[in-house]
Amino acid sequence: MSILVYTENWDGKFKKLSFEQVSYASEIAKNINTSVVALSIGNVEETELKKLGDYGASKVISVNETKLDNLANQAYAKVISQAAKKEESTILVFANNYTGKAIAPRVSVKLKAGLVSGITALPINYEPFTVRKKVFTSKAFADVIIKSPFKVLTIAQNSFGLIETENKAQIENFAPELSDEDFRTKVEDVHKITGKVLLNDAEIVVSGGRGMKGSENWGPIEELANLLGAATACSRPVSDEDWRPHDEHVGQTGKIIAPNLYFALGISGAIQHLGGVSSSKYIVAINKDNDAPIFEAADYGIIGDVHKILPELINAVKEMKAAEN
Amino acid sequence: MDFEFTEEQLMIRQAARDYAERELIQDVLERDAKAEFPTRHIKNLTDLGFMGMIVDPKYDGGGMDTISYVLAMEEISKIDSSVSVILSVHNSLVCFGIQVYGNEKQKEKYLRTLARGEKIGAFLLSEPEAGSDASMQRTLAEDKGDYYLINGVKNWISNANSASIYIVIAQTYPEKGHKGINAFIVEKDSPGISLGPHEDKMGMRSSDTHSVMFTDVKVPKENRIGEDGFGFKFAMKALEAGRIGIAAQAVGIASGALNRAIQYAKERKAFGTEIANHQAIAFKISDMAVKVENARNLCLKAAWLKDRGKPFSTASSMAKQYAADIAMEVTTEAVQILGGYGYVKEYHVERLMREAKLTQIYEGTSEIQKIVISRSLLKD
Amino acid sequence: MKILICISNVPDTTTKIRFTADNTAFDTAGIQWIINPWDELALTRAMELKETTGGTIEKITVVAVGLKDAEPTLRKTLAIGADDAVRIDAEPKDAFFVAEQLAQVAKDYDIILCGIEASDYNGSAVGGMLSEFLGIPSISSVSKLDIENGNVKVNREIDGGSETLSTEVPFVAIVQKGIALEPRIPSMRGIMMARKKPLNVIPAVETEALTEFVSYELPPAKAACKMVDAENVKELVDLLHNEAKVI
Ligand SMILES: Cc1cc2nc3c(=O)[nH]c(=O)nc-3n(C[C@H](O)[C@H](O)[C@H](O)COP(=O)(O)OP(=O)(O)OC[C@H]3O[C@@H](n4cnc5c(N)ncnc54)[C@H](O)[C@@H]3O)c2cc1C
Ligand SMILES: Cc1cc2nc3c(=O)[nH]c(=O)nc-3n(C[C@H](O)[C@H](O)[C@H](O)COP(=O)(O)OP(=O)(O)OC[C@H]3O[C@@H](n4cnc5c(N)ncnc54)[C@H](O)[C@@H]3O)c2cc1C
Repeated sequence: MSILVYTENWDGKFKKLSFEQVSYASEIAKNINTSVVALSIGNVEETELKKLGDYGASKVISVNETKLDNLANQAYAKVISQAAKKEESTILVFANNYTGKAIAPRVSVKLKAGLVSGITALPINYEPFTVRKKVFTSKAFADVIIKSPFKVLTIAQNSFGLIETENKAQIENFAPELSDEDFRTKVEDVHKITGKVLLNDAEIVVSGGRGMKGSENWGPIEELANLLGAATACSRPVSDEDWRPHDEHVGQTGKIIAPNLYFALGISGAIQHLGGVSSSKYIVAINKDNDAPIFEAADYGIIGDVHKILPELINAVKEMKAAEN
Repeated sequence: MDFEFTEEQLMIRQAARDYAERELIQDVLERDAKAEFPTRHIKNLTDLGFMGMIVDPKYDGGGMDTISYVLAMEEISKIDSSVSVILSVHNSLVCFGIQVYGNEKQKEKYLRTLARGEKIGAFLLSEPEAGSDASMQRTLAEDKGDYYLINGVKNWISNANSASIYIVIAQTYPEKGHKGINAFIVEKDSPGISLGPHEDKMGMRSSDTHSVMFTDVKVPKENRIGEDGFGFKFAMKALEAGRIGIAAQAVGIASGALNRAIQYAKERKAFGTEIANHQAIAFKISDMAVKVENARNLCLKAAWLKDRGKPFSTASSMAKQYAADIAMEVTTEAVQILGGYGYVKEYHVERLMREAKLTQIYEGTSEIQKIVISRSLLKD
Repeated sequence: MKILICISNVPDTTTKIRFTADNTAFDTAGIQWIINPWDELALTRAMELKETTGGTIEKITVVAVGLKDAEPTLRKTLAIGADDAVRIDAEPKDAFFVAEQLAQVAKDYDIILCGIEASDYNGSAVGGMLSEFLGIPSISSVSKLDIENGNVKVNREIDGGSETLSTEVPFVAIVQKGIALEPRIPSMRGIMMARKKPLNVIPAVETEALTEFVSYELPPAKAACKMVDAENVKELVDLLHNEAKVI
């Protein structure tokens, strides 16, 4: 028996969320007396693969196969279920991101496994196996029992931290069996966002609304984001006005994000906007209107002119960073 | 008794609500400020079938009942009564009038294009000196053998510019008083028709209201609606039905203002708490809600009677008078609840208040409704 | 080509969420039900394709797994423009159960559209599971779907970018933001025509749910927002660093 974690790399480096998932699986493994196997698909060097061991994977299975350079849902699901069979895994762990959503459901059918997506914490019970997830677009939590022997879990982002261990992983290459039938979709073109922190993965997000007044005022937002290693985002009117690209739009009709820290700068906090950011651990609001609904959702707030406060905030962050070093 | 709407009625209400909340809201303030006609919206509402929704499908209409029509009018009026008045005149005066009292030829020629919304209709009854007392028609329609020759002035005509088909009320036999009046279908591009300037109105500013001048306008005989001398009765019958639409408009205005007041009262803080927690405000909201609910029920009752082919004249007058009067009260209170914010345009309630005022005036003032109601109660 | 759209009947997204007294079920009292927003956009896109690809799309069918109370939602999709509707007569127990039910209808279609998630249980699973049941390709997080000369072209979001793909039919597209601009409002004509369009009810296949929702909880009330003086921005950084420990 084992727990299989599907890990994701970005240009050969694992994403932090994959380490989090290995940590998550290790905690479960401790409780049910089993071990964690991490699966990597892609060209990842051994030193990098070994890092998965630091978070509790006792074995890393590496699949390095050029056919799998692009995410092919059907083929990936096949590879993962073959690995699961080989490792006798009964629990499979994925991230609840685009990748996880693309392949976990297919794997679940292959293994006849109950699937619960968007899990926010360790299982609350093992007998019966019960997990907690968000429902109604984060307006509530539900406890769900998985009744089948095989279980597929997708973990909500930023809901579990990293736990380092003394453990060392054994690395193993794996050649899955694939056929042409598994590649019936062809990637014609790929557009990768580079040199930027990805909004969906970001732990800190700096977001501007109509209160920023125009695209020319985004300099300080980008500066603050750079300082904090954060991604930038915006409200819908901002992308509608073309002040910012559409892929930065968060909310009910945009991206739904759950960073640890969300800065809402000149954003009123309309219900549709909050729908996309309310799962953030902390929200900071800067708004000149003390009645703005964003303050209902925020943890920390400053009432005042964002154009005046933002430069001061940048300076304060710089000072803090300087003091740290 | 059944207070449940049908699935179809709910679907129509939702369609109207979606359109109002998604589209009308976007430029309602700007159109009000500029007194600009909602061309784009009328085209969209035509595509959605609202411009002939109660006409028999036989004549390319939507075949919907009056309840559905009332629900649609209310939803649109919550956001924008300039648009709902265009719909109301077109649907419940012009389309309804021709469908019920026009002959087959008139229906083929005019009702079809009206029902498809390809052409907009207007209803020309009021004159500079004949408002409440509509029987005092000065506009003449002389019988010239094969045609009528119309001369005179009509006042306050909604859709005067946007419409291409007019229903014109005029006097043929002045000596016969209201029994000498006729109603005609007149094409607006007939020679001899000219418009006065766009009226600069208090509210519903985005609808087009003009006076219309007739100078030797020839109208074919076949365009007369009904028997010779049926015109006044026709106008009164059309208005009976029209009042249900205006009542629904008033309900919409009032409930739109109520919704905004409720939302604001829950957000605005004064003296350390949301103003909704001050009983003076909470009770205002309660009073407003009871009025809106009463008005809505009166209006639906009138529509229900009409749909069942029962007499609805008194019911539609009651609905129109009550709904119009409470729309005025409720919008005024909504402005009060919003305080200073209520008095500026951005918060919509001052506009709703301006719109409410008109519902007490057109298609029979509140005073005239009381005459109709009291007469029906006291007549024998 | 024939398009199938899987429809989920969900509470209006502005609904205040409540549970039954023992917190074991969602309280449906007074709830207004709507078409799941992503499914509605999928329908919009299907209609656009039917209108612009000159006869390529023969038919648009909608299907839902649900009891009789899902029918108003299905009839709304007919009013918007779907050609016919199928209701699979069963309570939608979990994603696995629903996907297996849908497979019996979906096997006859070329393009099968599902939303990326339902706004109630946020499962993000039915589309992917359905494709696996059928053994056909799935393209997830689809933001654009075109048919050019009978060839299907799809854009999808991936973590860290986007891709353009071509695919054979049949396939399942799991759609999200971008697939269509706005849902369509049904017209009076559409509402009238919906009366005559077929809504077929078929029995469910014998199968089991693998998961079970046992209890619900609303998130704890949020603590009040800590206000920092505009003259003292440093304090905010302090709080974020030392109290929240997020920077
Ligand atoms: C169906 C639907 C879906 C929607 N989906 C989304 C969505 O996904 N995402 C989304 O964001 N919106 C969405 N919206 C729009 C949403 O309702 C709001 O209109 C939008 O979020 C408002 O954006 P905003 O906060 O940037 O602008 P505003 O509401 O205009 O707020 C600007 C804020 O900036 C403040 N401000 C102005 N100047 C300054 C200054 N100098 N200093 C400090 N503060 C200042 C103001 O006080 C105000 O609070 C949707 C709407 C609908 C109807
Ligand atoms: C924006 C707008 C759009 C309109 N659209 C149209 C249209 O499309 N077609 C059309 O034909 N007309 C239209 N009208 C005209 C409208 O129907 C009349 O204005 C209305 O009937 C009142 O007539 P009046 O203005 O002449 O007022 P009057 O009849 O002069 O009334 C003045 C006052 O005296 C009161 N009054 C009159 N008689 C009595 C009585 N017997 N007892 C007690 N009180 C009485 C009235 O209630 C009112 O308070 C429109 C008006 C406006 C303002």
